[in-house]
Amino acid sequence: MITALVLSGIAAHLAVSVLAVILRRHAAATPVTYGLSAVVSAFLMAVALIRLLGGGGDDPVVLPLGIPWIGAQFRLDALSAFFLAVIALGGIGASLYAIGYGRHEPEPQRVLPFYPAFLAGMSLVLIADDAFSFLFAWETMSLASWALVVSQHRDPANIRAGYVYIVMASAGTMALLLGFGLLAGASGGYAFADMRAGTLTPTTAAFVLALALFGAGSKAGIVPLHAWLPLAHPAAPSHVSALMSGVMTKVAVYAFIRIIFDLAGTGAWWWATVVLVFGAATAVLGILFALMQDDLKRALAYSTIENIGLIFVGLGLALAFRGNGMSAAAALAFTAALFHVLNHSAFKSLLFLGSGAVLAATGSRMMDTLGGLIHRMPLTAFAVLVGAVAISALPPLNGFVSEWLTFQAVLLSPDLPQWDLKIIVPAAGAMLALAAALAAACFVRLYGVSFLGRPRSDAAAEAREVDRWSVGVMLGLAALCLALGILPGLVIDALAPVSEAMVAGRLPAQATTAWLSIVPVAEGRSSYNGLLVFVFIAATASLAALVIHRLASDKLRRSAAWDCGFPDPTPATQYTAASFSQPIRRIFAAVIGARERVDMPPPGDMRPAAFAVEMRDMVWDGLYQPVASGVSAVADRLNRFQFLTIRRYLTLVFAALVTLLLVLAIWP
Amino acid sequence: MQHGLSFDVAHLLAGSLVLISFMLLYQDRMLALLNVFAAQAVVLAASVAWQAHIQEAPHLYMTAAIALLFKGVAIPMALRRIVRRLGIHREIETVVGVVPTMLAGMALVALSLVVMLRVAAAANPLAREDLAFALSVVLLGLLMMVTRRNAVSQVVGFMSLENGLILAATGAKGMPLVVEISVAFSILIAFIVIGIFLSRIRERFDSVDIEALDRARGERR
Repeated sequence: MITALVLSGIAAHLAVSVLAVILRRHAAATPVTYGLSAVVSAFLMAVALIRLLGGGGDDPVVLPLGIPWIGAQFRLDALSAFFLAVIALGGIGASLYAIGYGRHEPEPQRVLPFYPAFLAGMSLVLIADDAFSFLFAWETMSLASWALVVSQHRDPANIRAGYVYIVMASAGTMALLLGFGLLAGASGGYAFADMRAGTLTPTTAAFVLALALFGAGSKAGIVPLHAWLPLAHPAAPSHVSALMSGVMTKVAVYAFIRIIFDLAGTGAWWWATVVLVFGAATAVLGILFALMQDDLKRALAYSTIENIGLIFVGLGLALAFRGNGMSAAAALAFTAALFHVLNHSAFKSLLFLGSGAVLAATGSRMMDTLGGLIHRMPLTAFAVLVGAVAISALPPLNGFVSEWLTFQAVLLSPDLPQWDLKIIVPAAGAMLALAAALAAACFVRLYGVSFLGRPRSDAAAEAREVDRWSVGVMLGLAALCLALGILPGLVIDALAPVSEAMVAGRLPAQATTAWLSIVPVAEGRSSYNGLLVFVFIAATASLAALVIHRLASDKLRRSAAWDCGFPDPTPATQYTAASFSQPIRRIFAAVIGARERVDMPPPGDMRPAAFAVEMRDMVWDGLYQPVASGVSAVADRLNRFQFLTIRRYLTLVFAALVTLLLVLAIWP
Repeated sequence: MQHGLSFDVAHLLAGSLVLISFMLLYQDRMLALLNVFAAQAVVLAASVAWQAHIQEAPHLYMTAAIALLFKGVAIPMALRRIVRRLGIHREIETVVGVVPTMLAGMALVALSLVVMLRVAAAANPLAREDLAFALSVVLLGLLMMVTRRNAVSQVVGFMSLENGLILAATGAKGMPLVVEISVAFSILIAFIVIGIFLSRIRERFDSVDIEALDRARGERR
């Protein structure tokens, strides 16, 4: 029954998609499409929460579609239900936001039909219970999001982003297809139930891990497969960017969990080292690149890469503990990763929606043309501030809780028996700490340059607060970030059935703990109380404000500010985005491939001095470029086969046949 | 003894098919080529009829009749008319010399025997020999298509390849009639299409040498 409800919700999404095609020229198309999408998402959210909190069976459904002897199988288990709730949350937020934001869309008919289809594809991935349905839904999601990426097709950069995206998405799907092929084995059991029942040889399992990491990682943005993400996510309209970054990457995380934790059986402990190394590298490199970006949305996209790295570190820890039978510790790491999935989808959606609001108000997303927006758009500025604090993992907001839980899991690593893990896990923890610090710097820079200071352009000086729908959604998400930070116990308890199913362990129930504290391991070891921290911060801040107001405000004198010797300071003398990140850029120049060139004319020369920063993505140059040129070289060679004579074609077929027969004859 | 005799006759007929395929390879006159092709179709019909007899499958007689009627009579006659009308009955064309072609053909027969012995080791000897001969006929037909330049002889190579397919199909017990008939008809359609193309090529290029096509596409060999 419950799976059928989800399927009907997905069908409703598709129906909205058709409706959007019918209404495409109509003025009401935008509010109707997004309004209905929000309603359907809310319905899916309700269904997911019923399954997650109320328990109940998995209730598989088999539709007579797809591969004849398998059918299309669907099932909503606890893991799917959690991710479905995350998607529905993002869907509700982005849809409601777009009721207002969508009015700025130059060509809505290029966005509207694909938007509900995108939501439908993502939801379908989660409930698929056989490889064929899974890949079908996965491709639906990829293609719909590709159409959204290239919706603003007049900009050649968007077309290029779409091209890179579709290539990477296809490669990823190919990897997943091969991975499922290995899992199904020679008997061809493509239903997930058959895969779960099968056993893999260690070599096959290692290939499955590599393929899952490639397939899901290329969608999630694991370094070095991330290159498409900062191109494609910002290219889409902002509410779609919010979905792609906040939600679609989570579907990729889901795919990884489903394959590695559920289908592939209990893997070897060294799997954890692979996942940890990739996760930690992703976290640090993602946030370093985010720090270097001048484009708001691109910085946010790189920050998504960092958070994906964090989630994968959590999953790697869970693998390490599970491989050694430490189920309580595995549950802690796994819960931390899933909690971060939820948190990241909340604050990254919020931040992307905020950048959309800035884009709508000023027409620009380059930080160096913004500034001072806190005066012109106070509500947006407040909401984005909450998001920035949350993503920087500061208490009492939600980002802190999940990162704290991850570090609690890292601190359990001395109990691991393998020396490799004993060394790698703390190293990964150190990388996470570095990433967290850099994330704070990144968002101080992003917020400070865009919202504080003085406007750097006329557009920023004349910005107007955006419409009520957008502001309402952003404030709602900000409130959600706060609520998740204050009430983490509820989320942890809700995640218990998921970790029970995936790592055979659960965290102790938090609902009974006094004063909404969370105690992941033991009372004597560590506990955190978000409410207390919040009350403390609120009380001290109010007190400080009161004291300053009472004691200092009447001492206020107004006079000309000291102008540092510049009588007419222009906004250009403020700190810019590039100057803020310069120290970090210099420190990590070798890692991120940054080179500075200073051209200082000798005394007497009248030409102006010049300074240029050149950034080269080493992954792009070292990995993508060689692969791309290799492929095109092979394609050039093969192109000759397009122009053979008829007889040569026949000869080719003949030679192929004879070769195959020879193989058959010689094969032992 | 009955089994021995039926096996020997089937073996003989299938072996003759392979032999005739070799004969096709070295024919250098159009009309002679067509005659040999007609002979192959007649032997095929006999082989199929014999299979019908020993398998007690009456529908195979139908297949034999189709083979005799179309491939033994109708198609060679039609091709002969085309050759006459196009005035190419004296034309000789081979890309590769006769000796290398024959050697390659022998290698192919050896290859198909080896493959079949390995692949169908468990099958009964009759079916296995049949399949080995059928595969040889198919490969020799392909070889002929590859080594000839004239479009008519390519058609003949194609038809002879199809003879091998029919031999294989009738050797296997229980192949439904529908399959055989549809194969026969698809070959017929292919023949008609190729025939139309032939006359078109002829009209346009004054020759049925397929290299004329390549020259028309502006390519060098």
